[in-house]
Amino acid sequence: MNERHGRRISPPISSMTLVLSLLAAVLLGGCETVREAGTGIAQATGVISSDQADSINRGAKAVEKTWQDLTPEQEYYIGRAVAARVFQTYPPLDRPLANDYLNLLGQSLAIFSNCPETFGGYHFLLLDSDEINAFAAPGGLILVTRGMVRCCENEDELAAVLAHEICHVEKKHGLSAIKQGRLTEAFTIVAAESAKQMGGEELASLTREFEGSVGDVVMTLTTSGYSRTQERDADVAAVRLLRRAGYPQTAMIAMLERMNERLTDAGGLGFAKTHPSAKSRADALRATIAGTTSTPDPVRQQRFSAAMQPVMASK
Amino acid sequence: MTTRVLVVLLAISVGVALAAPMSVQVRTCKVRATPSQLGGIVATVEYGAVVQAGALQNGWYSVTTADGKTGWVHESALSKKPIVMRAGATDAATGVSSDEVALAGKGFNEQVEAKLRKDGTLDYTWVDRMSAFSVNADRITQFRTQGRLPGGAQ
Repeated sequence: MNERHGRRISPPISSMTLVLSLLAAVLLGGCETVREAGTGIAQATGVISSDQADSINRGAKAVEKTWQDLTPEQEYYIGRAVAARVFQTYPPLDRPLANDYLNLLGQSLAIFSNCPETFGGYHFLLLDSDEINAFAAPGGLILVTRGMVRCCENEDELAAVLAHEICHVEKKHGLSAIKQGRLTEAFTIVAAESAKQMGGEELASLTREFEGSVGDVVMTLTTSGYSRTQERDADVAAVRLLRRAGYPQTAMIAMLERMNERLTDAGGLGFAKTHPSAKSRADALRATIAGTTSTPDPVRQQRFSAAMQPVMASK
Repeated sequence: MTTRVLVVLLAISVGVALAAPMSVQVRTCKVRATPSQLGGIVATVEYGAVVQAGALQNGWYSVTTADGKTGWVHESALSKKPIVMRAGATDAATGVSSDEVALAGKGFNEQVEAKLRKDGTLDYTWVDRMSAFSVNADRITQFRTQGRLPGGAQ
């Protein structure tokens, strides 16, 4: 505009510089009021259009979002894909009676969780693997290997395993494994399609971020493991859950001690690879748990054996 | 008698004053007669429906559904953020920005899962099978009673 009148009053600030500065302030600053004021000024001065201002504001809001902003519905779809991915390595065990018992036990615990309601509810399934392992997919799909069941001598100990996994779901530890970059990208795509159905290109991009996110969770569950702090949090919460549901808290220690023996024999595969040592976990809990190991209730012992003995005996 | 009526009216007005709209954030939400996951079912409310919720008590809201049924819902099933069910129904229709509401079906959704199924990337057969495993409250109660599980503190 100044050039048109043939005289420049002040040194020029290029539109690009202004846009970049605004973007930097918007993306790094994180303050909604400042951001909207900034884009408002840029829009008023004609540096950017109304659409561009909206786009910057939407993008910035997307950058601010983390895994904690995923809705229960989104968590549900991530969890389903995580379970489907786990099944590629660990096939499901098609034993209706054993799976029914596992679900009865799991649901009897989940109702006492701090998060008893998830979008699609809690569901439990045995895996046909001798590896000692268990996985909690986000949203409440919980998978337990045959090898893990063999580590449990009674219902109370299996309850301890399930309680630990339910607490990973409650605390959304799986979702926390998703890399922030993927979520930023996904939230940006989602923000851009606010008023219309997702197009083919957007769907392809979102699906790519979805697969990446699922991959992050699966990698954590099967290979790298949660942090020690997360495992400790899940153990402590599991003890609380056992107490609420009426199971002896000492079952957690008994299960960990047995797992420690078996994992040592197994040479550090499976659960040992992704969890802190069972011995150190048992030692950390011992000081906080009241009571001593008691004889298992005969009814619980009988129904555990009836449902799980065929599973443990096979193969 | 007059005092009793006044007390009742006061209780109702306090209840109304405290009640706030909340949205169901799970697929199906059971409204229970007592604040317990084993309580009788008074009503079933679908994803995105709005209920009027009173004060939070030990993780449970006392709620009134749109058709006037009252009961209890665990806090994990409810969201303070309105959930809009139809794509494109935000901004203009509700007068709020899309950041102030959660739009059902946005982001990682059924459409994304359908694409992965169609591409043959993931097999959901067993995911669907295990998701169909269900255990009702009566069986849980029986399981707990037979197993002599004490407590039941929520």
